Amino acid sequence: MKILLVFASLVAAACSEQLFVGDQVLRIMASNEEQIALLRALGEQTELQVDFWRHPASPGHPSDLRVPFPSLQAVKTLLESNGISYSIMIQDLQKLLDEEKKAMAKSRRTERSTSTFDFASYHTIDEIYDWMDTLVADHPGLVSKLQIGQSYENRSLYVLKLSTGGSNRSAIWLDTGIHSREWITQATGAWTANKIAEEYGQDPSVTAILDNMDIFLEIIANPDGFAYTHSSNRMWRKTRSINAGSHCIGVDPNRNWEAGFGGAGASRSPCSETYHGPYANSEPEVRAIVDFVTNHGNIKAFISIHSYSQLLLYPYGYTNTPVPDHEELHEIAERAVTALSSLYGTSYEYGSIYTTIYQASGTTVDWTYDQGIKYSFTFELRDTGRYGFLLPASQIIPTAQETWLALKVIMQYTLDHPY
Amino acid sequence: ELPPSHHAATRAAALAACYLSYRRGSPGRCLALQAVRSGRRQDIDGIGHKYYLELVLEDVVDKDSTVNCTAEVLHHLGNKNIAPDVQFTIEGELKNTDEADNMFYNRIKSLDKELVAENIPDNHGNISPEMEPIRLLAWVASGYVIWQNSTENTKFQLAQIKHVKQVKRNDEYLEFDYMILLHEMVSQEIIPWQMTVLWHPQHGVQVTRESRQLKH
Repeated sequence: MKILLVFASLVAAACSEQLFVGDQVLRIMASNEEQIALLRALGEQTELQVDFWRHPASPGHPSDLRVPFPSLQAVKTLLESNGISYSIMIQDLQKLLDEEKKAMAKSRRTERSTSTFDFASYHTIDEIYDWMDTLVADHPGLVSKLQIGQSYENRSLYVLKLSTGGSNRSAIWLDTGIHSREWITQATGAWTANKIAEEYGQDPSVTAILDNMDIFLEIIANPDGFAYTHSSNRMWRKTRSINAGSHCIGVDPNRNWEAGFGGAGASRSPCSETYHGPYANSEPEVRAIVDFVTNHGNIKAFISIHSYSQLLLYPYGYTNTPVPDHEELHEIAERAVTALSSLYGTSYEYGSIYTTIYQASGTTVDWTYDQGIKYSFTFELRDTGRYGFLLPASQIIPTAQETWLALKVIMQYTLDHPY
Repeated sequence: ELPPSHHAATRAAALAACYLSYRRGSPGRCLALQAVRSGRRQDIDGIGHKYYLELVLEDVVDKDSTVNCTAEVLHHLGNKNIAPDVQFTIEGELKNTDEADNMFYNRIKSLDKELVAENIPDNHGNISPEMEPIRLLAWVASGYVIWQNSTENTKFQLAQIKHVKQVKRNDEYLEFDYMILLHEMVSQEIIPWQMTVLWHPQHGVQVTRESRQLKH
């Protein structure tokens, strides 16, 4: 029986999504040879499209017949008028198939998630890339994976797209891990992607957001750097590109954007942690996002996540001049920070990059803001220096949970204030 | 007047907290900046910039244990080789840490071989309980290094202890040779720094030698 169901679902999967809506499976008890002959003849009537899951063999032995919805009336009338007793074994075949598919996916997910991906620990790039595929498999129709380019060392740059359909809907972008040593950010990115996928259909706010907008999440924005933090230097920040004429490697991907590029607040020296690079967008990791954002053309909120310092920042970093939308961004930041600290009392400061941390030129959100993406924010997650970049894994989930509340404020605000 | 979130205030506050931590700290008592309540900057012609701060400090081990203090930080004009002047006043009493300090002191004194350790915390942020006081001692001592090397354009944090080696002594002091990594926030540099630390429960923490190392 189970085999037949699986076969049916495979057929359905191969042909189309909803093949068996309203179809029923009848258990028929033929009491004599005459009734057996009648049933066999029923099976031959091509216009009825019935098929026997268990063929009529001999009287007293049940036979199982799948009857497509349009033929139900005719078949039942035939059985009744000939005194052939039957019962309805499966009320709606499609419903049963759907439930089974869900159960299978759930157990696959449980197996995979409990034995493979632990959100409460730090992972390698391969582990995160593998997990991304399982997230896509677990949420078909909601989560897909895009490749937006390749890193300097030819690693794939993947972005998860969370979407319920539409065509080029307005969208929200999140990225984590652009500075590879900020391990809490990639970990938070993974947790957040999973959270959004789970909350769709459950949380009214997330559901409303995804019913109207798409969310793009680049969890490992600097894969070369990230691999290097695992293999060689835990404190590596930049990309791993070779700098002509220097033995020093890498460009600061948060100084490489075309916004005040090369000005005060970045370094001209390839050996520096804030080296801006030979020219704007020289880094393929940065170029990939620039191209994506430009081609998409409909991103309304852009959130770039860093650590540490517990800050929520908005543009500008390259100049002390406030952005035109300064008051609105300040208010959003205040609300977001209030939501964040409501969970564990973690306190954040907020303000423009320039006034709150330092002058920084060529930064991501300065560029996105100047492209017209009004709601551009940078987070600096936990902590304030006790562990700094080496935040213990026990703080991953609390950090992700509290940050989630702030992200929801920003996303909901973006949904409520279209422009 | 400076908003507490302004980087000028937070940098001066971090510096003051480090200095205070060094002057009052021990393996049992480690203080860190929790919040800036208020900040004010005064530009004094011919002298430099003076910051007036109200701070809240927390005990690194017991975050709920906090203490208020006021601090004044003077960054001298011109010669960047002079450490800033820091003065502070702590409201109330700091808790007594003799028991924790003595326990650590006796533990180290009774070791057969000189203590050696590395990567505290490790790359995943883990610190074993036995190494915690070694880390707290480094935190306190790094307060001195940070104070000595800070300007208005720097904000240092202790990022990691790469290596620590106990140095045998004939007197009652404990001596540790540390190689630490300092994270400088404005330049984002990770700077290796050597520091030689002397400590005795009754005599406080002393840094007898410190030198910036070359980045690899």
